[in-house]
Amino acid sequence: MSATVTIESALSLKDLRKSFGPTEIIRGTNLEVKRGERHAVIGPNGAGKTTLFNLISGRFPITSGEIYLNGTRIDELAPQEINRRGLSRSFQITSIFHRMTVFENIRCALLWSTGYRYSFWSPLWAQKALNEQAERLLDELNLLERRDLQAGLLSYAEQRALEIGITIAGGATVILLDEPTAGMSHSETEYAVALIKRVTEGKTLVMVEHDMHVVFGLADTISVVVYGEVIATGKPEEIRANRAVQEAYLGALTE
Amino acid sequence: MMDATVTTKATPGATTGLTSATSSRQLTLWIVLLLLAACLPWMVYDWNTGRHSGFVLTMLSQMGMMIIFALSYNMLMGQAGLLSFGHAVFFGLGGYCTIHLLNAAEKGGLPVPIELMPILAGLSGLGFGIAFGYMAAKQRATAFAMITMGIGELIGTVAIMFHHFFGGEGGVSANRMIEKSLFGVSYAAPVEVFYLILVWTLIAALCMLFLTRTPLGAMANATRDNFERAQFMGYDPRRVRFLQFALSGMFAGIGGGLYAITYEIVTFDAVASALSANVVLMTYIGGATIFYGPILGAAVITLMQSVLSLYSNSWLIYVGVMFIGMVTFAPSGLAGMIEAHGPIARAGRLRRLIVPYLRISIPAIALLLGFVGLVELLGFLTIGQAQGKKLVLFGNKIDVRATMPWAVTTALLVIGAAWLRVELRGFIRVWGDITADLKLRSV
Ligand SMILES: Nc1ncnc2c1ncn2[C@@H]1O[C@H](COP(=O)(O)OP(=O)(O)O)[C@@H](O)[C@H]1O
Ligand SMILES: [Mg+2]
Repeated sequence: MSATVTIESALSLKDLRKSFGPTEIIRGTNLEVKRGERHAVIGPNGAGKTTLFNLISGRFPITSGEIYLNGTRIDELAPQEINRRGLSRSFQITSIFHRMTVFENIRCALLWSTGYRYSFWSPLWAQKALNEQAERLLDELNLLERRDLQAGLLSYAEQRALEIGITIAGGATVILLDEPTAGMSHSETEYAVALIKRVTEGKTLVMVEHDMHVVFGLADTISVVVYGEVIATGKPEEIRANRAVQEAYLGALTE
Repeated sequence: MMDATVTTKATPGATTGLTSATSSRQLTLWIVLLLLAACLPWMVYDWNTGRHSGFVLTMLSQMGMMIIFALSYNMLMGQAGLLSFGHAVFFGLGGYCTIHLLNAAEKGGLPVPIELMPILAGLSGLGFGIAFGYMAAKQRATAFAMITMGIGELIGTVAIMFHHFFGGEGGVSANRMIEKSLFGVSYAAPVEVFYLILVWTLIAALCMLFLTRTPLGAMANATRDNFERAQFMGYDPRRVRFLQFALSGMFAGIGGGLYAITYEIVTFDAVASALSANVVLMTYIGGATIFYGPILGAAVITLMQSVLSLYSNSWLIYVGVMFIGMVTFAPSGLAGMIEAHGPIARAGRLRRLIVPYLRISIPAIALLLGFVGLVELLGFLTIGQAQGKKLVLFGNKIDVRATMPWAVTTALLVIGAAWLRVELRGFIRVWGDITADLKLRSV
């Protein structure tokens, strides 16, 4: 188990394991994500993709192994500390602030990175730069018209867009998106892909995705997870041609 | 019913033209109410004796401190989604501290003018908020509620046990005329105290309103809506709760300080669980989802406490039934009911509701009369009769042994309830039509 970490790795997992009770769900995962890469994680349902994200982002404690973000070890940090180091994630099941307005959702997501911390002395209405930044992001998400609506009242696709917005707002350099287009119609998916491309420009993206069009259209590297292990990592064309992948994964997909 | 419409409409933002017009109208309304409160003592001034009505002044002063108390409670309940059952601790401890400070000031040991005493009361509330927040704020929902209840019981017991600070059953008293005033006021007259409370209520309410529009206030809302997500935006939601809790304790302490100054005595009641329950009631009935809700709730409940209790021993029953009614039918409280009319009023459709309102008000009044009559009859049977009094209901002397009063009140209750059900259905239909129409037009 060498702990050598190549510095161009934005994210690296070393022999990562996670058990829930007696069942081991993540079974010795190794993964390198290079800086600036668009990395898709694919695999059948229940393979452990979401669990992997939960471990990386600090939501669950790991059982064993190591996680490095830009060369520093993060597997013992709390989620907020990991986030402050530049990693942000979205949720497969939309996780927004449903009683707050769309604008407030985005503004809250900007607060930490803009240095407001726990301030109870800065009047938000007077923070011009902050409010403009939130508006610009809303515009980019195509949610400006929904600015003052309660987030819980947005349509599903709009909530997914907001979910992405909250994730990228803080300026994290490593973005994890968990099935951002799941449940979307064809046109909504197209729109979401364009959005993801735009807002993750120049950043490291790790994305769980089931839609193969999206995967092959967006990713420059693909990792295949089956039963808690990465069975293959490579360029899209390599993955498409990989016999093991076809058997293990594409077979499971058509089940 | 009506309430569903509150949640389906967006909270008005701060910058769109429409909402800023409404909020400036709202601001005018609040200023008018404030001026009215300031003038009220003079409307009940007796020019013959040259005195204010002590009853009204006491009630208004009580309202002021309860408004601060309820607003501070809503920093937890409405804004941070935290249900506390021990909030009186901060009010009461603020009160006890102030009593001791007043005594120290009178002896010359504390050079603080009376007008600034509430600041010290607030600081003591803040201190206790930090101490207890450290214990409670780390916990999630149920555990938090249990711990605050435990803290409430703990302080309640301590207040009876430790005589030095709490004075035992008799409490601790002081004299507010410490002869140190910024403005040379003696505060001998209750009306002077009333103005002190009015000013402090305004200051505290504005500070709490300000807090809702700061990063901490916004993140308190965020942790209320989605505790976990806040973590993935860089925030420690426990820290957010802790700070919110401590600040809430501070404002409760200010309320308690004004209590001490007004009554010049603080007893066990000020920290007791009954007051903790009362603030839940006020906040909920007023409406926890809107900033001014607790102001309404505190005013209404205090009014009921002061006025209804003059006429009826059973007034607590009415408050209780009102609470249950609000929880069941209007969970966003009085303020929520008012806000639900906002979109309709802006669309100029309020007039369409006049007839439906009249139609439900008739059976509602019948139901109310029947209910009140029955409660009073029953209450008289158990207490009043033994005291050899005569029951006077709605201006008539009533013989509680006759069948007639019982038959009439029961009939009013039953018929009123049945009729109200029918009328409510019609009301909801009209309401639904109007709001559906508004939604169509807004799309
Ligand atoms: N908190 C948890 N407790 C117990 N089992 C879990 C938990 N989270 C996930 N699992 C299990 O781990 C496996 C992988 O789940 P998940 O990571 O959500 O898969 P994927 O995202 O690849 O579809 C599933 O069998 C699931 O039941
Ligand atoms: Mg998943």
